[in-house]
Parts: sequence; structure tokens; C-alpha cells
Amino acid sequence: MPNIKLDKLTKSYGNVEVLHAIDLEMQDAEFTVLVGPSGCGKSTTLRMIAGLESVTDGEIYIDDKPVKHLEPKERDLAMVFQDYALYPHMNVAKNMSFALRLEKRPKKEIEQKINDVAEILGLTDYLYRKPAELSGGQRQRVAMGRALTRDSSTFLFDEPLSNLDAKLRTQMRAELALMRQRVRKNMIYVTHDQIEAMTLADRIVVMHGGHIQQQGTPEELFKRPANKFVAGFLGTPPMNFLSAMIEQNGEATMLVGDGFRLRCDQPTVDRLAHAKSSNIVIGIRPCDLEFDPNASDANAFDIDVVLSEYIGAQSVLIGKCSEQEFMVELKSDTPIALGERLRFSVQFSDMHFFNVDNDLALA
Amino acid sequence: MSNATLNRLTPYVFLAPAVVIMGLALLYPLGYMVFGSFRAWDPSQTLGESTFVGLKNYVTLWNDPNFRESAAVTLKFAFTVVVVEMFIGVGLALLLDRKLRGMSVLRTLFILPMMIAPVVVGLVWRYMYHPTLGVFNKGLKTVGLDSVDWLGQHALLSVIIADIWQWTPFIFILALAALQSLPRSALEAARIDGATGWQQIIHIKLPLMMPVLIVTGLLRLIDAFKVLEVILVMTEGGPGLSTEILALRISRTATEFRELGVAAAMSNYLLILLLMLTIVMLVYNRWVEYRATRAMRIAEENL
Repeated sequence: MPNIKLDKLTKSYGNVEVLHAIDLEMQDAEFTVLVGPSGCGKSTTLRMIAGLESVTDGEIYIDDKPVKHLEPKERDLAMVFQDYALYPHMNVAKNMSFALRLEKRPKKEIEQKINDVAEILGLTDYLYRKPAELSGGQRQRVAMGRALTRDSSTFLFDEPLSNLDAKLRTQMRAELALMRQRVRKNMIYVTHDQIEAMTLADRIVVMHGGHIQQQGTPEELFKRPANKFVAGFLGTPPMNFLSAMIEQNGEATMLVGDGFRLRCDQPTVDRLAHAKSSNIVIGIRPCDLEFDPNASDANAFDIDVVLSEYIGAQSVLIGKCSEQEFMVELKSDTPIALGERLRFSVQFSDMHFFNVDNDLALA
Repeated sequence: MSNATLNRLTPYVFLAPAVVIMGLALLYPLGYMVFGSFRAWDPSQTLGESTFVGLKNYVTLWNDPNFRESAAVTLKFAFTVVVVEMFIGVGLALLLDRKLRGMSVLRTLFILPMMIAPVVVGLVWRYMYHPTLGVFNKGLKTVGLDSVDWLGQHALLSVIIADIWQWTPFIFILALAALQSLPRSALEAARIDGATGWQQIIHIKLPLMMPVLIVTGLLRLIDAFKVLEVILVMTEGGPGLSTEILALRISRTATEFRELGVAAAMSNYLLILLLMLTIVMLVYNRWVEYRATRAMRIAEENL
């Protein structure tokens, strides 16, 4: 499989630059997920790789060959679109074989290929249906099948699951993951759904405002977010952020904010040494808090419970730490009542610290 | 009367004025014409004074070589103009379906011919075709070619050209609208699948535009069968019967030959032809709708 490299890729519409010199390298047979909120430039990036969108500046290399000026078909890729983009007047078999028929491949080979792919995707019974005669999930499969019938080295997915209802989306996500195990090819996948990103990706690229915020394995990004945006974007419920001040109290280094007064351990003191000012932001994931009425002040937060969302085995507690909103994930059988003030403890190793001025994480 | 009956009647009461006006404005003249077509009817008589002759008018017409000639000219004219207009109109739409500077101005210019009164179009073309003063023959002369007897020897061709000039824009705007409503992503998918510009047109764009194009073509055909003013002004049907389309012959039968009954019968022949075309169009529309609902039903059964 070729490796794909973006070199200072830039896109402007008129005077508005929407993508700011993106550098990105995708490894052989890697499943790369571009994720970010709407308007972050992820789809534009994908469409530029596909050749559907012109490149304003910079270059795209596929196997070290610049492809900026090549037509989509010369780039050896297949794409699955958000709205499936099936050809409405062709039946499923014709949809899937369109590219092969254009290449004038032998009939036998085309037929074989279609049957193989239809088998994988469970479309064998629907080969002679028109797209309008299929349900959303089936159309999605046909779109996938159309990409699979071609022997392209790279697959592009543009939010392929976002038009499906929640249940079907989960199912298709699992199918995608299965397909991924079978088909070892380059895959670039765009989504705004961080769960899709976490579950499918070998590597996640988080984008925001036309910049790459961070890239790495799902675990790296979850455990060591490079900045406040990435920290808040990945993970549900989202990370809590609390403003705090670093204070020296004799020998001890304290983190002080509304409703808490933490006494830092030595590794944390070392981490805080990188802070640019004494004002910092603490990030705590809702799952990292432990209900502990007897915790000492040194690593505890007092939360006023405002609301509890029952999800099943887990509940999400929405509360306030003094005036700052705070979410906690805990077992549903934890005995709590609304309006109560509860004490939760957190390990310092589970805390994230960010500079106030540039939102960057402290190493 | 019970409330329920009243409720059921209300919509019909609201519809009644429209039905009455329809009846007066549409059915009465039509019935008048059909009735008249079975009678020997001179313009000096009232319809009541004319004598009933049964199907004589229709039979006479059927055997009248002049009428047949006229019908043949009409068919030739209508099919030629529609085919050529479809080709040029759709071709232009395919060419101009893109973002270019000044495109909207260009599109407006393109549809100008359609907005000019047909009589004016006829006059303009008549002068352009003038044997000595017309711009065409002058042009031919300047480049050293023989002049062409536009409205004489090539009269039918000349009126066909004028009609194409006037009505291609109609096809153009409808085709352009159809093109612009095509699903963009399907075209992008085709590009990724490796379709060249031509292949996209042949395999994706034209098939998807087909429903609109078929209806447009039929509409245009119905219209072409009724053309009158442009040809009346340009050639008055001559020379000989070479451009005497049916509408023109009907008008002459009524005014010059003073045979209202025959004219009415001729109109009915034309009406039957147009009715058939309209029915074809309606059946086609029904069929498209039927296929869409059937597809939706099948899709729902899949869930």
C-alpha cells in the first residue's frame, strides 16, 4: 500500500483560509480517522485527497508522487460518501461494477468480483434492486461495496454512518471494524463522532479550526491530550475543567480553586513546574472520580449534586464544584440524593493540567 | 341536512365556481367546434342554420391530398425542430452547467428569443432571409458565395431554422434546471470511479435527466404542432404548400375557403393527435410515479 503524505496542505475559499498548512503522514495500511466538530476542515481535507476539491497551496504525495494536479481516477482511491451517492438509475450490481465496466474489464471477472463483495456485505439477494428499493443500511452497504469492488489501495470515508439511525449506526460501525480486519488497505475516515473515531482508528487526527490539534493512537489521545480542545473533545461525558491557582504553603505546593484545596504529590509538583503562570486549568475525566466520603482534603472535591442522569449500570451526575459545572460518572447503585454535597477523590496521576493562555497541556 | 353531509359537500361548493368557469371557457368552445365539424357551415350562417352532414367533412379531409400534404409538412416540421432543439438545448445546458463569471447574464441572454413575440420573430427572420437585402445572402455575397433562395426553394428548412432559434432556449433552461438538480455526490462518485466527462454525461447525467427531457420533448412537440404566427408572417404557407402547416391551413379554410365545418373537422384531427401526445405524457408521468412508490414500498418492506 502506498503511503500518503500531506505537505503544508492549504485551502482557501476566496480570501478565507479554511485549512492552514496541514502536515500529515499516513502509514501503510493504517486506519486514520480525521475527527473534529463541523467546519474544522476534516471533510475538505478528505475531498482534497480525493481530488474533488482543488488544492490552494501545498502538496499531496501518494507514494512520494505529487498528485495535486491529477484527476481523482488517477489517484487510485475509492470513496464512500455521506449520502451514499449511489447512481439512482442503476441496480446494485451495476452500481458496484460501474468503475470496472468503465475500465472494460472482462465480464466474467466483473461478475466474480460483484458476487464476492455481495457475499461479504450480505447483498446477494439485492443485486438487481435499484437504490430506491433499499433501506438506509442496505444503501450504505452498497456504497461500501462499490468501493470494495475496486482494487484501490486507499479507501476514503466521508462521514459514512451519519445518515443512519443510532441502532443501525452501531451495527454498521461493528461491521466496518470487521471489514477492516479483512481488508488491509489504507483507510482515511472522516467523522464528527468521537466514538466512531475511538473505536475504528489506528490513528486519530483531531482537527479544529483548520488546524491539526493532535494525532496519535486513540489511547494516546485519551490519556495524554495535547491541549484543552482535544481533552474536551474526546471522551463522553466530556472532561471537567476547573480553574486553579498554584500556591506555595511552606514546603507544600497547593492547587487552590473554588471549592477545593489540593496538596500536590511530588510527580505533580514536577509537572506543574512547566506551568507558564500560577493560573492553570485542571482537567478531570468524569470516570476518574471516586465516591469517597472520608477522603482527605489533599485530593478531594466537594460536589453539590444538581441532576443525575440514569444510563443503566452507570449514572452521570451533573453537579457543581462551588460555581463551576462538574460531571461525575459513577455506578448507578451509589447511594446519592439530589441537593446533597458529596466528596469525591481523584488520583493526581489522572489529572490533566493546562496553561491558561495557550490551552496546551503541561507535560 | 346533517352536519356530516354538509361537511362532505363543502369542498365541492368551493370548487363549483372554478368548474363553472372551466365549463364555459373550455368545454363550450370545444363542444361548439366538435358540433360544427359535423355540419356544412358557412360563416354567414349561424350554427343552427347549417345542415348536418355527418362525417362527410372528416372523410373529405382524409381523402384530400392537400390536407395530407399539410399534415405531412406539419409532422416533418414538428419532429425536425424538436429533435434538433433537444440536441442543441441539452448540449448547451451541459456546456453551461458550471460556475463561470457572468454566467447568469449569459443565461438570461440565451432565453431572450423565447421572450420575443412570435410575430416579431417571423418579421425579423423574414427580413434576414430576404433574397437581396437579407443579412444571410449579403453575408454569402461578401465571402463570394452564391445567394440562397431561403424562403423559396428552402422555405421549410428556413422556417425550421427560425423555430429552432426561438425555442431551443426553452429546452435549454429546463435541461439546465434538471442538470443542476442532479445529486452532486453521485457525479463526484462517478469521477472517483474513473468516468471521463463524456462518460459522466452518457452514463450518469443523461439517464438521470431523462424524465425531465421526455416531458420537455413532449411539451415542445405539442407546441410545435400548433405553430402559426412565425410561419404565417414568414411564408404564409408558401411557396405552394411547402410550409403550409395545419394551423395555417385551418385558418385559411375558415377565412378564405369559408368552410367552417371543414376547418372544425381539421382542428379535431389535430386535437386528436395532440390528445394522444398528452396521454403519452400523462401515462409516462404516472409510470414514473408508480415506479417511485413501488420502490419506496419495497424499501420499507426491507426494514
